[in-house]
Amino acid sequence: MPVSLASSKLIYETLKECEIRLVSALPETWLVHLIRMTDQDPEMILVRLAKEEEAVGISAGAHFAGVKSAMLMQNHGLLASINGIVSFAQLYKIPLLMLISYRGWLGERDPWQTQGGSVTEPILRALGIPYFFLDAVESVQRRIRHAQTLAESSLQPVAILLTRDLMWEE
Amino acid sequence: MLRLDCLRSVYAELEHCLVVTIMGAVAAELQSLGHRPNFFYLQHAMGLASSTGLGLALCLPNQHVVVFDGDGSLLMNLGSLSTMARYRPKNLTHVVFDNESLLSVGGFPTATSTGTDLEGIARSAGIPHVLTVRDVESFRTAVSEAIQRQELTTIVAKVEATGPSGYVTDLSLLENRFQFRRYIQSLIQH
Repeated sequence: MPVSLASSKLIYETLKECEIRLVSALPETWLVHLIRMTDQDPEMILVRLAKEEEAVGISAGAHFAGVKSAMLMQNHGLLASINGIVSFAQLYKIPLLMLISYRGWLGERDPWQTQGGSVTEPILRALGIPYFFLDAVESVQRRIRHAQTLAESSLQPVAILLTRDLMWEE
Repeated sequence: MLRLDCLRSVYAELEHCLVVTIMGAVAAELQSLGHRPNFFYLQHAMGLASSTGLGLALCLPNQHVVVFDGDGSLLMNLGSLSTMARYRPKNLTHVVFDNESLLSVGGFPTATSTGTDLEGIARSAGIPHVLTVRDVESFRTAVSEAIQRQELTTIVAKVEATGPSGYVTDLSLLENRFQFRRYIQSLIQH
């Protein structure tokens, strides 16, 4: 499976440097290594979800507990989480660090991903959620750190879009 | 059985728990008994009260977390039962007030009014301890034992579809949220 192990490792190490202690996830191809690394790390709490919206509540609980968390999901998981994001995270000013695999965009071969790909950024903009791209190894650490800093200081969700350029090797 | 009587019967016991409620009648009735800084009322985002309780319980294994859920909210997020059961934190008590109705939006009947069995769903999802109660004394005992037992428990409490005349209180959402977090942070520091 040509999901980049090196990029996944770099992202995971950065999450650790950012003192993330809880990761909630719904499996998706690009996230397999990240989920495995979380699962194998005794210092990390991994919550495998039935549906991505649960992660909003779990991260809110973690925030109340003083624990930094991150959410791993596909962009379709973002679509499935919108009410939770609006009616919990935004309404109650809860910081969320959302790492979202940006499927259905440039280079996508799976037809079923493409509609979600085309609406991802317009929806993030409509929701007023700041978003950043992870598209090159050199900027991964800085951008994740900056996204987390902004989420914590502004008490709002921030999205990091994981792109094909970074996550896929072929 | 009235929800308010149930809440009153365990109010003293909640003093040392972290409490998360759903919106509507549950939030308003608990507040009517006296707000405490360890109570968080999730006034929207139906379905996520149990997820919030799970996040709290996993991050704070030395605190007991009580979630007051409802049939309408839980039916919107049944997957939460399977996620809670998967991690089964010992310090989480999940109470579902089942009035078979979406009371706060006009009393429309939910699927529990036509036979959906939340106790059965919770048990089949893998929640280790599940029971249904129909009177206040059984409710009080069930909650008290769940807190003592140290095993993830779902209590389905069959209650009447009645509630307060209004749901808005003078506690703002953000005030509640910041106070709740600050309360938890003060617990951790001591």
